[in-house]
Amino acid sequence: MKKEFSELRKNLKKDNSTLKSIKVAILGDTSTQFLTQAIKGLGYDYGFNLLMIEADFNQIERQVFDSNSELYTFSPEIIIIFKSSHKLLQSYNKTNSDREFIASKEIELVNQLYLSITSQLNSKIIFYNYTEIDDSVFGSFANKIESSFLFQLRKLNMDLMYFAAKHNNFLICDISSVQNLIGKNAFFQTSVYINTEMVLSIDSLPLIAAKTLDIINVLNGKIKKCVVLDLDNTTWGGIIGDDGIENIQIGSLGIGKAFTEFQYWIKKLKERGIIIAVCSKNTESVAKEPFEKHPDMVLRLDDIAIFTANWGNKVDNIRSIKELLNIGFDSMVFLDDNPFERNIVRENIPEILVPELPEDPAEYLEFLYSLNIFETTAVSSEDKERTKLYQIEAQRNVIQKQFANEDDFLKSLEMKSIVEPFNKFNIPRVSQLSQRSNQFNLRTIRYSESEIEKISTSNLYRTFSFSLEDKFGDNGLICVIILKCISPTELFIDTWFMSCRVLKRGMEGFVLNTIVDFGLKNGIKQIIGEYLPSPKNDMVKDHYQNLGFIKDSNQWKLALEEYKPFNNYITIKNK
Amino acid sequence: MDRTEILIQINLIFKDTLDNEELVIMESTTANDIEEWDSLTHIQLIVAIEKTFKIRFTSKEIQEWKNVSEMIDCIKSK
Repeated sequence: MKKEFSELRKNLKKDNSTLKSIKVAILGDTSTQFLTQAIKGLGYDYGFNLLMIEADFNQIERQVFDSNSELYTFSPEIIIIFKSSHKLLQSYNKTNSDREFIASKEIELVNQLYLSITSQLNSKIIFYNYTEIDDSVFGSFANKIESSFLFQLRKLNMDLMYFAAKHNNFLICDISSVQNLIGKNAFFQTSVYINTEMVLSIDSLPLIAAKTLDIINVLNGKIKKCVVLDLDNTTWGGIIGDDGIENIQIGSLGIGKAFTEFQYWIKKLKERGIIIAVCSKNTESVAKEPFEKHPDMVLRLDDIAIFTANWGNKVDNIRSIKELLNIGFDSMVFLDDNPFERNIVRENIPEILVPELPEDPAEYLEFLYSLNIFETTAVSSEDKERTKLYQIEAQRNVIQKQFANEDDFLKSLEMKSIVEPFNKFNIPRVSQLSQRSNQFNLRTIRYSESEIEKISTSNLYRTFSFSLEDKFGDNGLICVIILKCISPTELFIDTWFMSCRVLKRGMEGFVLNTIVDFGLKNGIKQIIGEYLPSPKNDMVKDHYQNLGFIKDSNQWKLALEEYKPFNNYITIKNK
Repeated sequence: MDRTEILIQINLIFKDTLDNEELVIMESTTANDIEEWDSLTHIQLIVAIEKTFKIRFTSKEIQEWKNVSEMIDCIKSK
């Protein structure tokens, strides 16, 4: 599937003017002309118009330490730095003493480069790690000699990782793993090296370009978030419906090993924050049985955010998984052993990634590893909670289908809400929601944290925050009201926004009941609401009308004397 | 493989590598005759020829050829 270098070069002649342009600088201590062409050419296939400058080779320090250099004039979004192992070996050769400090000195230089760049530019740095070469002076004994080249080279790669772990804008592109994949002899070509100043073979260029563009892709928000798994012959060997739970292949014997290892990989992805969904043509109870009962299954039901097993077609099922998760098709990957299913999905949903799994399940993992599907540039602790949130949402959807009557469903949820004014514990979340909330937001007035703090202590305002939990889980703070006192008997609803996660739960009625109750206890006769249209808040244009407010020019008014509380199934929870 | 067959193969390699379908390579052709044939594409050509004929040139050989004819001599000698 990977293109050859000469094909990538042909991309350079294509019209890329409609693609997203990104400024990239390449700094190398060897000649980088082919590398630049390969990256720019492959950039076209990734949908980028890469505007690239290339420093003359061996100009890394000059470009970085001279603040008048082309690098700073160009002001790239991405800087690729490629310091080669061959140059490192050359400088090692010239060093007669202190060879055990080569790695530390190199890291110090990297640090200086990093500091100099980040003090002047807001660029991301993609640093190529060092490919493994050995001068074979000590043989294997080099592993015991700190001053050997091999020792220093390996230490340097390790130290680079520690350095990258501490610096956000410093990303390592693991070209050493490319060398590992294709072998040293294919990675380095003496004829190329001797006749040019290039240390990368022609055949390695497309792979290195791909490794680089995978990072650029992620930096531009193109990230995979969800794996949709087929079950029979993908997650385990055999067909559960025909073979039965005792005959499917999984575990430590024979081909079962391949499926077990595949499942461990999926499990690690889940732990990293990738959402795992199942899409299988099966009877649901039969498909779930191995997850519940098979002793060798690595994946269990609580690893799966959405479990879809039915006899419908996979395209529809994947569409509904996508709807439930509220993510784009382009962030989904579909793994299925059946070429027929793969093709149908590919044809109907071109955005989804459908790897062409090898015929032999033993090869699944090595093949998937080579695709580098799950490149990322950040992981957060929140990622790990994600599966749980989606599972809870899916459970609610299932339960809802079981109730013919909406009220019975809402009653069954056992909803509770904490209602409290703004305080130092909820202010950060209130201001965060104020910045982010778009759809269910009546006036879309954005308040910063310090403004929210001022409002919370002002006599002119009354503030309410609402949380919502139910028997499935806690949604946390999901609704905010700011009331402004405009006369002794009138309140104006300055702010009303709510998370769309809790739509259709009767929350709106509960909130209004709460406000009216507060008003009645404080001598208020009338509450005034207003809807300010924004490009995204169309969903609430009839909000006040639905709640029984009467239109008065551009505002909506509610007389408290005649107010009849809304029926709802949310109870107040005291903290 | 005789010289003509080699020359035909070389023509294909040049067309593909230099991305120019109109190129015609003769035994007498030199780098000066072809715009796209520079020191960088020379390396690409070498690598492509090595792959096609499953041979390896020495560094010395690569630098010595004055025209395509000498290149073919070299390929024939492998």
